[in-house]
Amino acid sequence: MQHASSRRFKENARRALDDAQLQRALGHVKKNFVERRAAAAARLPEFEALRDRARDIKNHVLENLDVYLERFEAKVVANGGQVHWCADAEAARQTILRICRSVNAKLVTRGKTMIGEEIALNDFLEANAITPIETDLGEYIIQLRHEPPSHLIAPAIHVNKEQVAETFRAAHTDLDPKRPLTEPPALLAEARAKLRSRFLAADVGITGANFLVAETGSSIIVTNEGNGDLTQTLPKIHIVLASLEKVVPTLEDAATILRVLARSATGQEMSVYTTVSTGPRRADDLDGPEQYHVVLLDNGRSRMLGSEFREALRCIRCGACLNHCPIYHAVGGHAYGWVYSGPIGAVLTPSLIGVEEAGHLPNASTFCGRCESVCPMRIPLPKMMRHWREREFERHLSPPAARWALRLWAFAAKRPALYRLGASIAARLLKLRGGQSGRIASLPLAGGWTAHRDMPAPEGRSFQQLWAERSRP
Amino acid sequence: MSERPARVGLFVTCLVDLFRPTVGFAAVKLLEEAGCTVEVPRAQTCCGQPAYNSGDRADAKAIAARVIAAFEPYDYVVAPSGSCAGMIREHYPTLLADDPAMQKRAQTLAARTYELVSFLTDVRGMSGVTARFDGTITYHDSCSGLRELGVKQQPRKLLATVAGLRLAELPGAEICCGFGGTFCIKYPAISDKIVSEKTADIAATGATTLLAGDLGCLLNMAGKLKREGRPIAVRHVAEVLAGMTDIAPIGESKAE
Repeated sequence: MQHASSRRFKENARRALDDAQLQRALGHVKKNFVERRAAAAARLPEFEALRDRARDIKNHVLENLDVYLERFEAKVVANGGQVHWCADAEAARQTILRICRSVNAKLVTRGKTMIGEEIALNDFLEANAITPIETDLGEYIIQLRHEPPSHLIAPAIHVNKEQVAETFRAAHTDLDPKRPLTEPPALLAEARAKLRSRFLAADVGITGANFLVAETGSSIIVTNEGNGDLTQTLPKIHIVLASLEKVVPTLEDAATILRVLARSATGQEMSVYTTVSTGPRRADDLDGPEQYHVVLLDNGRSRMLGSEFREALRCIRCGACLNHCPIYHAVGGHAYGWVYSGPIGAVLTPSLIGVEEAGHLPNASTFCGRCESVCPMRIPLPKMMRHWREREFERHLSPPAARWALRLWAFAAKRPALYRLGASIAARLLKLRGGQSGRIASLPLAGGWTAHRDMPAPEGRSFQQLWAERSRP
Repeated sequence: MSERPARVGLFVTCLVDLFRPTVGFAAVKLLEEAGCTVEVPRAQTCCGQPAYNSGDRADAKAIAARVIAAFEPYDYVVAPSGSCAGMIREHYPTLLADDPAMQKRAQTLAARTYELVSFLTDVRGMSGVTARFDGTITYHDSCSGLRELGVKQQPRKLLATVAGLRLAELPGAEICCGFGGTFCIKYPAISDKIVSEKTADIAATGATTLLAGDLGCLLNMAGKLKREGRPIAVRHVAEVLAGMTDIAPIGESKAE
């Protein structure tokens, strides 16, 4: 699986906060994505009702996941394709390798897939003498830079155009040093020129899937660049790499969820390309792959199905929760230390790589609830982060100092007379500490607060004290 | 305004009790103006959020059970905080779901629990106040009140009736201030980044006073504004609505 640095979340965050370029890039996320989604939602009167329907569709699927997956497989097979059930990342990688080797593949094109990131597919293919080429522009950029994606739908959102130009000049050794690469269209043209020949030369094309449709055995991808179409139609073999919760019962259901997907993600009504793939090329088809494989990955998801994290499996990877998250805005995606970032990452990552590894992520939230308020699938993300905190507390994974402070506080909070006494003493002491200024610049045990801000001093007596005096005749 | 005298149990909140009793007295005054009789149960301490949000369900349940017992006798529970009212209203019933009898009591209490300003307008039909406040204020919508309880227009409606007051809307008023309870202590650097952007936005409005309905957020924003040396006063919205602005703003003293 992809290497994780989630344990070092605090250090990662510190670095991100000090990275001026990254901070400028994140400014675009919190402004543009947010405004576009709001405008798209406002333009569609039934948007909120669609969110309910989308949620209900996925809930129904999760209730009957076995039924729909088997129906999907039967249809894929009837269409002449194959489904490979893979319990974990290693099984998925080996399956893909076996398929690639069956045609002696040397070059593999890849459409954007988060699952590919999850199972660290590119590194694995390279180690096995197969060259993977990402064909989504953002993914291509981060592949050249040897970086993980920093956003679900905008993997290179942390990079500016000057850095892209540098990256291209370093990787494309035939590039004329005098050719200007300052504007985005020039960068796009350069990437397109490089990728075009790879599309044609690839032996295998691997895409993800936004939906697997049980009634037809189809996979559906949405892209804005059309790269996915070329990836899945030109090579001899098309491999769809998808996790099992991507299945929906019907094309109609997929269409319903598509109506909230792009609007929530980029504010588009629809992505530019929505492509349905159903099996390999038929006798009278003009194009298409000779083989159609679906690599169906579990990797911990069936475990989530029976847990309090089940609802996170409704996620359609639109990225709205990242785009609206104050924590993501502050530190970006890489700080989370694994494939999935933002609120959904804070719920998914502990589920997929363990809460010992990713325990920081569900704690690094103010529970402001903005993620849940925009999630098209109405996933209760704060509630799930709280569930992770409960698991950590139960297993004594939270820091000892925090546990002791909490225990002490809870002891008093359950004893009102003791609590009132404590509050009156604290109000008095803190008031004294504040002196004439009315605020406290530094306070033992509260360094986390006073390092960055003053602590306003209390008025000096607790409300309960004053109220008791007022009520006494 | 409703004629029926209502018995309100004031949930003071632990932060108001400790830091800013004036907010509690302002709440009492406003509730009495709205025709309520106000009592303050002695047995209250805190709503339990610090335990609940730290994953300590057992303590959170124990505290919730005490709050329920203390406030059951009243017609309404009112808190000068969207966060604490949201805890009782939205979270107690799920927190206590594994004990049906307790859950029923939690649901009954939840349905009678309100954030102060929305209670005044939505339940008591208050449409204006008699207070005066000369100056330009800006308003931050605290997250729990906004997203759990739908508190948005209510404070603006009442503030519009305060003589002399002008509201300059805060861009990004619905974005978290970075407080987040224990979050700001656990992840101080990130919290600082978030509150720094908030104070910059506040300063850009040109307002001389910042108001909000939750003391946690107010302590955070006031602490940052003071550290940055920005001359912006910070108060709980109830202080202004009740006309109780003789006391120094949060994080300042009379001497200043």
